[in-house]
Amino acid sequence: MIDVHEGGISSTVQDLGRTGHYHIGMPPSGAMDEYAHTVANYLVGNDADAATIEMTYQGITATFDDDAVIAITGADMSPELNGDPIGSWETVAVEAGDELSVQFATDGARAYLAVAGGIDVPEVMGSRSTYTLVGIGGHEGRGLEAGDELSVGEPPNGSVDLVGTRLPDEYIPEYADENAVRIVVGLTSYRLTDEARATLCDAEWTVSAEADRVGYRLEGPDLEFEEREQPFGAGTDPSNVVDLGYPIGSIQVPQQPIVLMQDAVTGGGYATVGTVISADRGLLAQRQTHKTVSFESVDVEEAIDARTRRSERLKEIRSVIDG
Amino acid sequence: MSETITINSPMPGVFYRRPDPEEAPFVEPGDSVDAGETIGLVEVMKNFHEIETDRAGTVSEFLVGDEAEIEADQPLVEIDAA
Repeated sequence: MIDVHEGGISSTVQDLGRTGHYHIGMPPSGAMDEYAHTVANYLVGNDADAATIEMTYQGITATFDDDAVIAITGADMSPELNGDPIGSWETVAVEAGDELSVQFATDGARAYLAVAGGIDVPEVMGSRSTYTLVGIGGHEGRGLEAGDELSVGEPPNGSVDLVGTRLPDEYIPEYADENAVRIVVGLTSYRLTDEARATLCDAEWTVSAEADRVGYRLEGPDLEFEEREQPFGAGTDPSNVVDLGYPIGSIQVPQQPIVLMQDAVTGGGYATVGTVISADRGLLAQRQTHKTVSFESVDVEEAIDARTRRSERLKEIRSVIDG
Repeated sequence: MSETITINSPMPGVFYRRPDPEEAPFVEPGDSVDAGETIGLVEVMKNFHEIETDRAGTVSEFLVGDEAEIEADQPLVEIDAA
């Protein structure tokens, strides 16, 4: 059991997400930075889909009732065990009674705490991910708070042997340097003027304070829309279209862009002018409020290549860790 | 013996010195504060996070203005600890 003393700002249990229910309006949820989540699991011997704790901007403080094997990846949140610093992106042994305290993020926005055996909350619709907007999944459908107790699953064989493993530096992202995210322009991008389509990729966008698991609201130049006759079923705002489904990562433009993230609504009537590719969504999720982002346009083939390269990299990491 | 402590923001966001635009600031320079007392709010991800002092003392100076955009770890206020 893990006893939570401080929940941090927004810490939730997440796995790879709740797939297969998009058609009923259920977003996938799941780790915002899938790469960091997966590596954390690999470091403790779990499979990629074990549930971790995603901590945003500030980590949790908790004690462990039993011996455990843990790893913290993602944003650098200066974790400490009984007051002594421990490394991120490495496998650490925890003894019963130890206190883990995770500070605030200095590089990146989200850190992942994996425990050998995974966080054992009940599955809801096939996933342990928390979806706070409707209060399902994870621990009671909400962010962690003081007094919460979390069960841990049965650790996989050999997890103790991984203690002391450190991910080689070449696999550790420097989030502060990751300003560019790749997008595929499309969907209803025809609604933008030519100039606005160019601006979308030329501008430097700033992540606003309203950037969370639902969406990343970005600030920058106004994007202008083509004049049009309002179609039947669409709203009066120039950015309205007849309703459409919103892919995760899609960039809707009520005025300024909002990139829809893991907990986003699945459809609606704003023009969506492009989509952040899946391989780069984790990097966007690690951009802190007030940091800048620029969009680099790629085609669908390049997006799929990037996804394939990332899966291969994760496979490589698994074999490096398992030796 | 007194010691000046600085409270840093745990996160980026917008710093507010008041609980509500209509209300008075939580504390002003010269006010004495107790450990655990709220000295301001930081808004990020549509949440307002209370910034508390973990030491009692006297507020000496605010290092950022009301409604300032702040970075993670940015110093917010100095307190002469009692």
